[in-house]
Amino acid sequence: MASNNQEIDKLLKREYTAGFYTEIEVDKAPPGLNEDTIRLISAKKQEPEWLLTWRLQAFRHWLTMKDPTWMNVHYPAIDYRAISYYSAPKRPEDGPQSLEDVDPKLLEVYEKLGIPLHERARLAGVAVDAVFDSVSVATTFRKKLASAGVIFCPMSEAVREYPELIQQYLGSVVPTTDNFYATLNSAVFTDGSFVYVPKGVRCPMELSTYFRINEANTGQFERTLIIADEGSHVSYLEGCTAPMRDENQLHAAVVELVAMEGAQIKYSTVQNWYPGDAEGKGGIYNFVTKRGECRGNRSKISWTQIETGSAITIKYPSVVLTGDDSVGEFYSVATTNNYQQADTGTKMIHLGRNTRSTIVSKGITTGHGSQSYRGLVKIGSAAEGARNYTQCDSLLIGQQCSAHTFPYVEVKNPSAQVEHEATTSKISDDQLFYCRSRGLSAEDAVNMIVSGFCREVFKELPMEFAVEAQKLLAVSLEGAVG
Amino acid sequence: MLRIENLKVNVEGKPILNGVNLHIKAGEIHAIMGPNGSGKSTLASVLAGREGYDVVGGQIRFLNQDILTLAAEERAQLGMFLGFQYPVEIPGVNNTYLMRTAFNAQRKQRSEPEMDAADFLALAREKMAFMQMDDRFLKRSVNEGFSGGEKKRNEVLQMLVLQPKLAILDEIDSGLDIDALKVVSDGINAMRSPDRSILMVTHYQRLLDYVVPDFVHVFSGGLIVKTGGKELAQELEARGYDWLRQGAA
Repeated sequence: MASNNQEIDKLLKREYTAGFYTEIEVDKAPPGLNEDTIRLISAKKQEPEWLLTWRLQAFRHWLTMKDPTWMNVHYPAIDYRAISYYSAPKRPEDGPQSLEDVDPKLLEVYEKLGIPLHERARLAGVAVDAVFDSVSVATTFRKKLASAGVIFCPMSEAVREYPELIQQYLGSVVPTTDNFYATLNSAVFTDGSFVYVPKGVRCPMELSTYFRINEANTGQFERTLIIADEGSHVSYLEGCTAPMRDENQLHAAVVELVAMEGAQIKYSTVQNWYPGDAEGKGGIYNFVTKRGECRGNRSKISWTQIETGSAITIKYPSVVLTGDDSVGEFYSVATTNNYQQADTGTKMIHLGRNTRSTIVSKGITTGHGSQSYRGLVKIGSAAEGARNYTQCDSLLIGQQCSAHTFPYVEVKNPSAQVEHEATTSKISDDQLFYCRSRGLSAEDAVNMIVSGFCREVFKELPMEFAVEAQKLLAVSLEGAVG
Repeated sequence: MLRIENLKVNVEGKPILNGVNLHIKAGEIHAIMGPNGSGKSTLASVLAGREGYDVVGGQIRFLNQDILTLAAEERAQLGMFLGFQYPVEIPGVNNTYLMRTAFNAQRKQRSEPEMDAADFLALAREKMAFMQMDDRFLKRSVNEGFSGGEKKRNEVLQMLVLQPKLAILDEIDSGLDIDALKVVSDGINAMRSPDRSILMVTHYQRLLDYVVPDFVHVFSGGLIVKTGGKELAQELEARGYDWLRQGAA
């Protein structure tokens, strides 16, 4: 074992100089937030002066704000002074040394999700040869992207290597003053992805957060920016089906997408953050601001999400349709089990002419879960010929769960066409018995009916994600049928 | 194949089945007739293992096994099939997909190799051609938007695909016009085999002209009050049920 550690140390030190990691002496900033903490974060990351200024402006604005309470979720007030806003990436020695050290329940979930054996060690934070594999895979990956001219790197690297791009686009879709959590994120964001796809380039592969190997412990305040220049295409996958734990309870990420003329961005998320135990204690709060702007004419942005984790989920991936003939799409499956709560939906803001938006939201709730769909379709006065189609469906399993719908439609142009359909249903005993009388177990019957319910959304996912998503849904609805 | 002895069943405290005795041998076709409310459909549901019924006495042996402790899917995997009186719709679940999943679940339980999608599609098409059902039935969700007659055809289609040992058909003829009745009857007759049995619950003699039973039982007051051959059905058609009715309770 000792010699293995030495090998790893040697490799890591090499990587440190290549810029993947930053060398640090202090592991964790003291809890609480003041300008010194911000300066510490910025210094640790060796950020340029302009970014520190940007952070400080956001922080000063945040001090004037109050956290929002209009969402249909209930949780004890968050003490922002008790949170630590910076901690170092975990060192290999700190994590489990082998799969035997990992919680067997976690391994059981990996088994059910069909996660390949070599992946499980990495996901559980075991520092073994996986490090070697990740490094070589990531290197090949980066070479392929580089030859296409695609930039895909951690945000912390991008602010140093591509400051002009960052300065031009960061905060242009989600301004620092946008909302309480986005402002907080702007002040203290840790890391995230930066993607730039040059004009006319079809990104040669799907980009995935898997390939950002300095993943350890950066989930708290992620900041991601994706820019698709004219005529380019990119598909980005965020998250994974494996349940992710984090000692930090509050997650407030910001994702900004910019699609220039004729460009297309597809952003897919599979989120399975720790939802808390069966009593609902200890889960993660996922308060995310995601927004895309179809800046250029004939551009397109699609959000697809499978949200099964977190104790509390608040997110409204949205599209601002500025360009003429631009298209925004939102496909979502959200599940809430046990005591999970979700208030999620989307905003489609039609500004340009002949813009189109499609919203398909499927909510499945069981146990004591509570779910709300909150959607805004806003048609501006200049948005000639705007069209929206919204379908939001809720499926309730059991007697203790609840589903709510808050649709908002604001139309200021008489040529707009807006369609809204909503259904609420439950899996009936008759349907279950029908399937069981054909030889399917109750669990298989529920999974089949739920998959049928979510089919329209699963169709939009990149293929490997779709297969994983089905398994994930089955696992997250476990115990739904007593 | 099936032996029911002195079966007593309550529903929400009320006795519905009051000592049913029935013995079906492999290869036989039985029909159960009787007035509304006599308990025929309850018998079918109890046999298939539907929840909500209290078995307060008696036993049911299927293929020499006591099945009262078995769940619905376990009974199906042993080879029991229920054709529903009112087949339910399951939106979003493709009709072919349900059949293939059920088919393979049963094969898996019997340690037989599962069939892949392409082979299964060929099998389904073969049976559908026989039932005069077009390709639409492959693509639609289970029973969604099907007319009453189409739903019954879908039940028979599933039966032909799953090849059960005992098929219990609850009013498979209700809602069918003459042509549909002929097609459905052809399907049922195609299941005849020395190691397979069929139990049909019906109101009308008409079905029994096409699917000629070996035995006809009359249900009244929650139990079988008379058993005869196919002529009994004709007698009932002529005389009604009153001459056989059990006294109150």
